[in-house]
Amino acid sequence: MAVADLNLAQQARPRESFSDWVARRGTAFWVVAGLLLLMPAIASPFWLVQIIAYSMILGLIALSLMFLAGYGGIVSLVQMTVAGFAGYLVAILGDSAISQISLHWPWWLAAPVAILVATLFGTLSGALSVRTEGIYTIMITLAIASAFYYLTLQNYTIFNGFSGFNGILPPVFLGIDWGQQVPFYYLTLACAALAYGAVVYVSRAPFGLALQGTRDNPRRMAALGFDVVAHRIAAYTFASLIAASAGVLLVWYQRQISPGTAGVGPVVDMLIIAVVGGLSRPIGPFIGALVYVLLRTFSLDVLEGVGLDGRRYQLLIGLGFLVIVLFSPDGLIGIWQRLRDRYRRSGDIRDSQMGSGGGTP
Amino acid sequence: MSDVIARRPIWSLIIILAVAILVWLVFSIWTPGMEAMFGRKRVFLSALFNGITLGALYFLVASGFTLIFGLMRNVNLAHGSLYLFGGYLGYSIGEWSGSWLVALVVAFLVVALVGVLMQVLLFRWMEGQDLRQTLVTIGLSIIFADLLLWNYGGDTFQVTAPDWLSGPVTLPFAVALRSNGEAVMMTYPLVRIAILVGAIILGVLMWLALNRTRVGMLVRAGVDDRDMLSATGVRVQLVFVMVFAFGAGLAGLAGVVGGTFQSLQPGEDTRILLSSLVVVIVGGMGSIPGAAVGALIVGLAEQFGSVYMPTYAVMLTFIIMVAVLAVRPEGLAARR
Repeated sequence: MAVADLNLAQQARPRESFSDWVARRGTAFWVVAGLLLLMPAIASPFWLVQIIAYSMILGLIALSLMFLAGYGGIVSLVQMTVAGFAGYLVAILGDSAISQISLHWPWWLAAPVAILVATLFGTLSGALSVRTEGIYTIMITLAIASAFYYLTLQNYTIFNGFSGFNGILPPVFLGIDWGQQVPFYYLTLACAALAYGAVVYVSRAPFGLALQGTRDNPRRMAALGFDVVAHRIAAYTFASLIAASAGVLLVWYQRQISPGTAGVGPVVDMLIIAVVGGLSRPIGPFIGALVYVLLRTFSLDVLEGVGLDGRRYQLLIGLGFLVIVLFSPDGLIGIWQRLRDRYRRSGDIRDSQMGSGGGTP
Repeated sequence: MSDVIARRPIWSLIIILAVAILVWLVFSIWTPGMEAMFGRKRVFLSALFNGITLGALYFLVASGFTLIFGLMRNVNLAHGSLYLFGGYLGYSIGEWSGSWLVALVVAFLVVALVGVLMQVLLFRWMEGQDLRQTLVTIGLSIIFADLLLWNYGGDTFQVTAPDWLSGPVTLPFAVALRSNGEAVMMTYPLVRIAILVGAIILGVLMWLALNRTRVGMLVRAGVDDRDMLSATGVRVQLVFVMVFAFGAGLAGLAGVVGGTFQSLQPGEDTRILLSSLVVVIVGGMGSIPGAAVGALIVGLAEQFGSVYMPTYAVMLTFIIMVAVLAVRPEGLAARR
C-alpha cells in the first residue's frame, strides 16, 4: 500500500527543468551558497578556517546525528566517536610524527580505508544499539562512546595513549597543498555541500521515507512488510559514512588527534549542536555548529567584556542549551520558523485589515 | 531458589562450581604453580576485594539511577553530577563539623532536595517526553560541572574517614606461608569493608521497602504501568517526587562514600555516570537486584581487568556489556 503510493507519487511528478530546480531552492539558499563560495574573498584567513571551515566540519558530524535523530528517531551519541575513530585511523595508517606506530600508507589508501573501517564500526555500534528501543539507545551509544574514549586513553600500543598523534598533514595532490587555507576551505565546503545534498536526497528517496515511517510507527511499518531493524542499521551506515568523512577532515584540520577529540565532552557537544540548531532540517546542525564555534571562540572576550569570569563559557553553553531545550524543542530553526510564521500572519492580518479598511468609507 | 535450580540445572551447576572454585582460591594456600599462573595471591585477593567494594559503590549510585529510570523513564544523565556534588558537599561539611556521619546525612538530604527541585521545577512539566527530559539532564550536568569547578577548582579532594573506620583489619585468609610455616594473613582497609556492609544493608532495606511496604508497592506498580497507577487514584506525582528525591539522595550519599575511599575531582562525575550506565544496562533497567548483580560484575571486571590486562581493562567491561546486549538486550535481571 505504502510502496504503491510512493511509486505513484514519484511517477506523477514531471521532470523539472533546471530553471525550476533553481527557483525551487528559494532566494535564501542561493544567497547563502553564493556567500559561501565567495567567502575567501571577504573573510580573513582566521574566519575562513578557524570559524567557518571548523563549523562545517562539526556541522557534518552533527548532520549525521541529525539524520539519525530527525529521520530515524534514533538519538545516537556514537557519531563523534565514529569521526574520532576515522581520524585515529588516518593517523595510524597514514603519516604522523609518531613514526613507530604509523604505517606510512599514502593518503589515497589511508583515508578511504579509514572511512570504510570507521563506517563499519558505526554500523556495528548501530546493530548493537537497535536491539533496544527509544531512550535506551542514548545510554548504549554513550557507553560505547566512552568505552572508546577510555580505550584510546589507556592503550599505548595502537592509540598512543594520552598524547595521541600529532604532525598529521593534509595531502598534496593535483599540485595543490590542501593544507593551505583557501584549498582546505573549499575542500570542506565541497564535502559539506555533498553531504547536505545527500541527506536531502536520501530523506526524499524511498529509503528515507520508509525510515521516517519507522520513526513514526515502527509496528505499522513492520506490518507493512518493511524490515525495521534493517532500515535502522542502514541509517546508521549512511550517517556513519558522513561522520567518518568529517573525522578525516577534522584530523587534517587539527593536524593532531588525542583521546580528548572523541571524549565524553565532545560527544555530548555534538548532541548539543544538533539540538540547538534543530533536528527537523539538515541545515540545523550547520547553524548549531556555527553558533557553537562562535561561542567557544569569542565567549572569553565577551564574558570579560561584560565583567564576568571568562572561564565560565561552559556554563554559558549549558544555560543556553537548557533554555533552547526548555523553550524551543526544535532548536534555532524552530524559533526562526515561528518568527517567520508570526510575521507572515501579522502581514496577512494587516493585508486583510487594509483590504476591509479600504472598503469602508 | 530450588525453583531456579530445577529450571536451569546446567547453569546452576556452572554457577555453583564457579563459586566453589572461587572460595577454594580464596581460602587455600597457593602452590608455586598457581602463583605462576595467576600471579601473587595477595594481588588476586586485593583485586577481588577491591572489585567487590567498588561494586558496592557502583550499586549505591546505580540503584538510584535505575529507580528513577524505571519509574519515570527519565535517563538522568545528571546523576554523576549529583554524585560529585554530594561528594564535595560531604567534604566541606566533614571539614567544618569534623564528623563523617554528619557529612553523610547532610549530603543525602541536600542532594535529595536538589532532586526534588529538579523533578518539581523541570521534569514534571515534560512528562512522557523522554528525549526532552534527557536533554534537560545533559544541560543540567554541564551547568553543575562548571559550577562545581568554579567553587572547588580542579584540585583533588578526599573526605577524611572517621578514626573508628580508619586503619587496616586482618582477614582470616592466608596470603602466603612464611619460611617457618606460619601463615601471613590478608590485611584490608576497614573503611572499605564497612562500606561494603553498609551497601548490603541498604540494598536489603531497599528490597524490603520495595517488596513489603505500601509505598514500595506503589513504586513497583508505577514501574509496570504508570498510567494505570494514576488512574486508580494514587497521587502519582508524589510518588515520583519521593523516588526522585531518594534516588538523588543515594547519589549524594555515594559521593561521600566514593570521596572517602577514592577521590573527588572534575571528571569524576562522567566516570561514575558511565559506570552506572553500564551497570544498569548489564543488570537490567529499573531493577534493584539487577543493579546489584551489574555493579558486582562491573566492579570485578574493572579491578581484575586493571590487574591482569592493564591496557585493555576498559574493553573487558565493554565486552561484558556487548555480550549481555547480544544475549539478553533487556539486561540480566529484568523480567521479560
